[in-house]
Amino acid sequence: MSDIDIRRVLQEELNNIAPEADVASVNPAADLREAIDIDSMDFLNFIIALHHRLGIDIPELDYPKLVTLDGAFAYINAKLQARQGQA
Amino acid sequence: MVEFRMPSLGADMEAGTLVEWLVKAGDRVKRGDVVAVVETQKGAIEIEVYQAGQIEKILVDLHSKVPVGTPLAIILAEGEAKPAAAVPAPPAPLPPTIPAPVIAPTAPPWRPVAAPVPPTAPAAAVHAASPAARKLAAERGIDLSTIAGSGPGGAITYADVERVSTVPAAAPPEKRKVPTLDFTAMRTAIAAAMARSKREIPHYYLDHQIDVTACEQWLAGKNATLPPDNRILMGALALKAVALAARRFPAFNGFYRDNKFEPSQAVHVGVAIAIRGGGLTAPALHDVDRLPLDELMARMRDLIQRTRAGRIRSSEIADPTITVSSLGERGVEALYGIIYPPQVAIVGLGKVLTRPWVVDGAIVPRSVVTITLSGDHRVTDGHAGALFLAEIGKLMQEPDKL
Repeated sequence: MSDIDIRRVLQEELNNIAPEADVASVNPAADLREAIDIDSMDFLNFIIALHHRLGIDIPELDYPKLVTLDGAFAYINAKLQARQGQA
Repeated sequence: MVEFRMPSLGADMEAGTLVEWLVKAGDRVKRGDVVAVVETQKGAIEIEVYQAGQIEKILVDLHSKVPVGTPLAIILAEGEAKPAAAVPAPPAPLPPTIPAPVIAPTAPPWRPVAAPVPPTAPAAAVHAASPAARKLAAERGIDLSTIAGSGPGGAITYADVERVSTVPAAAPPEKRKVPTLDFTAMRTAIAAAMARSKREIPHYYLDHQIDVTACEQWLAGKNATLPPDNRILMGALALKAVALAARRFPAFNGFYRDNKFEPSQAVHVGVAIAIRGGGLTAPALHDVDRLPLDELMARMRDLIQRTRAGRIRSSEIADPTITVSSLGERGVEALYGIIYPPQVAIVGLGKVLTRPWVVDGAIVPRSVVTITLSGDHRVTDGHAGALFLAEIGKLMQEPDKL
């Protein structure tokens, strides 16, 4: 999966949760919970969506790594590369 | 033969507009089936039937605004013969004077401001279609009568409209999830209910700090073993604790009507849910005191998603017996709610904070939540309220028993 694809997945799933938010213009280093006003239930739904769509495991302990767009991108990228390395 | 009527979805509702029929004459229904969608100040509400049988006749046309209690359809019970006599005549359009609203007789001569009838689809669109489908069709200038519906009862769904329309490549697909709620009407409903509450209910307010470290540790251990779909949030633990405490202290669980308090056997917890873009509603999760945590969590997720998509069911809007409001992890330390009449209590949950706390004589960092109670002084007083909050705190020390 290319970098652009990962960014697109993140944007689409966040838009499913916050349809009115302009995710593309969110500062990639900003805390998403504040930037697009999502609560703990929204965040859980975001994690569930990424889990199903990308097939990666995201333990609860790792949630803090995914609270910014940059953080989520880096986390998913690392997970996908680790999986490729095993294959 | 049973008349299926326009339900009262809260004390402040006088009338509703029928925007979608999901059944037609001849269809069989069972208890709990969603048969229609009614537009109210609280948004579009899915209306369920409480009678199994066969739809004999639909009495109210789409886009009609009718008062609460108006027969909407005739249902024949299983095995019942068709009535020989004519069914009741379809109701007249909404008269200028509305029948007495369901408010306490002692209430001041007050009427909620009638919301303007929401603009409905053009007259040509007599075809059953979901609100989302109708909106999309209007946006794209498509005549609904040209579309074959694939939804229940031949209703036109969003996907049906999408199929026939040529979508410009640039159209953002995610737009379809924007709830089509009328925020002005919702604000009017909130204002009416809250103003009535402050006028009629002598509130008292209490707060209590609870150490939730045990809950956090228990959740961390449990969720580490679960896929994301089955993970449980702190909010579910709190809801269960409130429901169990409400069962033990029935004076906080029920309705104040006709100058007296009627405790409720069932504990239906209204969950205050913020609507994106502004607005708030508190539909009920039913029998929370009896739900295992995983089931409670699944229902809470479902309820929040449906509420934000504008799909609440009639049974959920009409009967919460107590409300819980939480501003979540980005919220404030404490919130003091306004009781939603005819309920008599609302519990507020602040955010979890790490605080210095004394445990066994030593100061240690612990996770602490401030829980509040707004109580109705016509029914209880501060002493009972303090016991109620203390009970919630005790229950949250043993999350494995919730």
